[in-house]
Amino acid sequence: MLKRFAATIVSLALVGGGAAVAGNLSGAGATFPAPVYAKWAETYKAQTGAALNYQAIGSGGGIKQINANTVDFGASDKPLKPDALAAGGLQQFPTVIGGVVPVMNLPGVQPGQIKLTGPLLADIYRGVLKKWNDPVIVSYNKGVALPNLPITVVHRSDGSGTTFLFTSYLSLQAAHWASGPGASDSVNWPVGIGGKGNDGVAAFVKQTPGAIGYVEYAYAKQNHMTFAVMKNKAGHWVSPDAPAFAAAAAGAKWNAAPGFYLLLLDQPAAGAWPITGATFILVHSKQTNAQTGHDVLAFFDWAYKNGDAAAASLDYVPLPEPVKALVRKSWAKVVGPDGKPVYK
Amino acid sequence: MSTAELTAAKPAPVRRASPAGANLERLFEGVCFAAATALLAALGGVLVSLAIGGWPALAKFGLGFVTNVTWDPVKDVYGAAGPIAGTLITSALALLMALPVAGGVAFFLVELCPPILRRPIGTAVELLAGIPSIVYGMWGLFVFAPFFAKWVEIPTMGAAPPGSFWETLTQGIPNGSGILAASIILAIMILPFMAATLRELLLTVPAQVRESAYGLGATTGEVVMSVTLPYVRRGAIGAVMLGLGRALGETMAVTFIIGNSHGFPKGIFDAGSTIASTIANEFNEASGLQSSALIALGLVLFLITFTVLALARLLLRDQVKG
Repeated sequence: MLKRFAATIVSLALVGGGAAVAGNLSGAGATFPAPVYAKWAETYKAQTGAALNYQAIGSGGGIKQINANTVDFGASDKPLKPDALAAGGLQQFPTVIGGVVPVMNLPGVQPGQIKLTGPLLADIYRGVLKKWNDPVIVSYNKGVALPNLPITVVHRSDGSGTTFLFTSYLSLQAAHWASGPGASDSVNWPVGIGGKGNDGVAAFVKQTPGAIGYVEYAYAKQNHMTFAVMKNKAGHWVSPDAPAFAAAAAGAKWNAAPGFYLLLLDQPAAGAWPITGATFILVHSKQTNAQTGHDVLAFFDWAYKNGDAAAASLDYVPLPEPVKALVRKSWAKVVGPDGKPVYK
Repeated sequence: MSTAELTAAKPAPVRRASPAGANLERLFEGVCFAAATALLAALGGVLVSLAIGGWPALAKFGLGFVTNVTWDPVKDVYGAAGPIAGTLITSALALLMALPVAGGVAFFLVELCPPILRRPIGTAVELLAGIPSIVYGMWGLFVFAPFFAKWVEIPTMGAAPPGSFWETLTQGIPNGSGILAASIILAIMILPFMAATLRELLLTVPAQVRESAYGLGATTGEVVMSVTLPYVRRGAIGAVMLGLGRALGETMAVTFIIGNSHGFPKGIFDAGSTIASTIANEFNEASGLQSSALIALGLVLFLITFTVLALARLLLRDQVKG
């Protein structure tokens, strides 16, 4: 019995070791891009034979894992600031774009019918606006039959990149939000109830007439939820859709963002959706194994070239080509033990 | 050949028999000792690692950690009074609701149930105890909550006279989530667990004791109250404590339904949080002081459970003396 047990462990170790030599890449982090990474990995394996294992353990976990050197790359919805990148000896680059969409349950109101601005959203989430037929909300929504219902605020209960993006946007739009609850993966919400995950938020919104929540765009679209039209920086009212996210990403000044530290919030482009964000990959600047570093970057290079259709089919927005070119240029800073770039 | 002759003629077999048995005995004792000490060591290890991990938060906030209501990950201020209160309230309510029903199920199965139904019902109760908690959570959120909102919360809140204590007690958002909804789900979860344990306990009451009571003319109710219940009292409190332990530490089902707001719940329909749900919600993305605060929360839960068990022991000792 013991002997067999030991034999199993040894054989497992051999399999593990053998696979590592064959170029089995491992990554961990954000849950938001997990479906598209899985899809890319599947197609990549079919085409090249190289396997990639991605564990969706959350952005915080991804950052911890790459700092602890237990994975070949980390993934985070929340970009690390340049000083944090420098401290960890990391390089960061975006992969796909997504957005956060306010969704609501208002009897008699159709998707896209209600208009909201950033300051309005902040006042709703602060509990200042208590009724849907508040004159302030009505003034932006003439002609919409807003019911006399109390506003029930729904937020994410689990720490998430979606909450980070949403609260960062509110902080940007309202000084009282920035100095009050602030922006983070989880904040001290002034009012409302918390649902676990996108499904939890969606369930509470669907079950509560008068509720407002925020979910990832893909989730809102696939579940046909009643979304709001938002006013962007250019002063246009925009609907959350792929072109609006792409506009936000294309108009952003990636050039001026060291380490690609950029939240695509409130971008000036005419058609930009105001609550847009990219998801990021983290790799060590100095790779201990040049081959592993090469394989990771080769995978993402392949995904940039061949993965756009797969991303779009899962309701992610691919990066604009100029941004991809910038990222490829930045890869020269990922070097092997000999100090030479691992991927050209 | 008699035994005496055998030992006198060849003493060797006696010596051979003795060492073999002694070795086995020593091995047996060793294994038992190792198992017991490993358990103790694991318990101590958990306690120590929780204390070390939670120390930065505990040192910074001191007693305020358990008395302060503000839980703010952005400003790194952590007070766990809300989750602690939520844990105690939901567990107590769940126990209050589940205990009478669990007792009823157990007494029915043992005393009143037609023998042909006894086995199927007993098995069903045990099967219920094995349903994973995530299933209770999903069911609670998607099936129970809409029902509860429509048939319990909205009518009760509507019937409360303005300004009354009843109105204060029932304030909240009528969408089926909150403290009471979470307590009911918890009650359903611990019910089969307690019922199954109580049933096993009642089955240990010797038939003569019960039959003598019936022979003296006692009704079923009298037999239960004055004969079987006192007989199994010790074990019954243990069963209740096991149920309470599960309620205190339940994570997934509660997270789905309690509404997850960190403040002190204002009413039974208001959103709240428990220690376990807070840890489950935030641990993944936590770092620095926040993760330390969450570990400290784990330590608090550990201490609450420990206190509950200790209280149960104390209660038992008093009763046995009296």
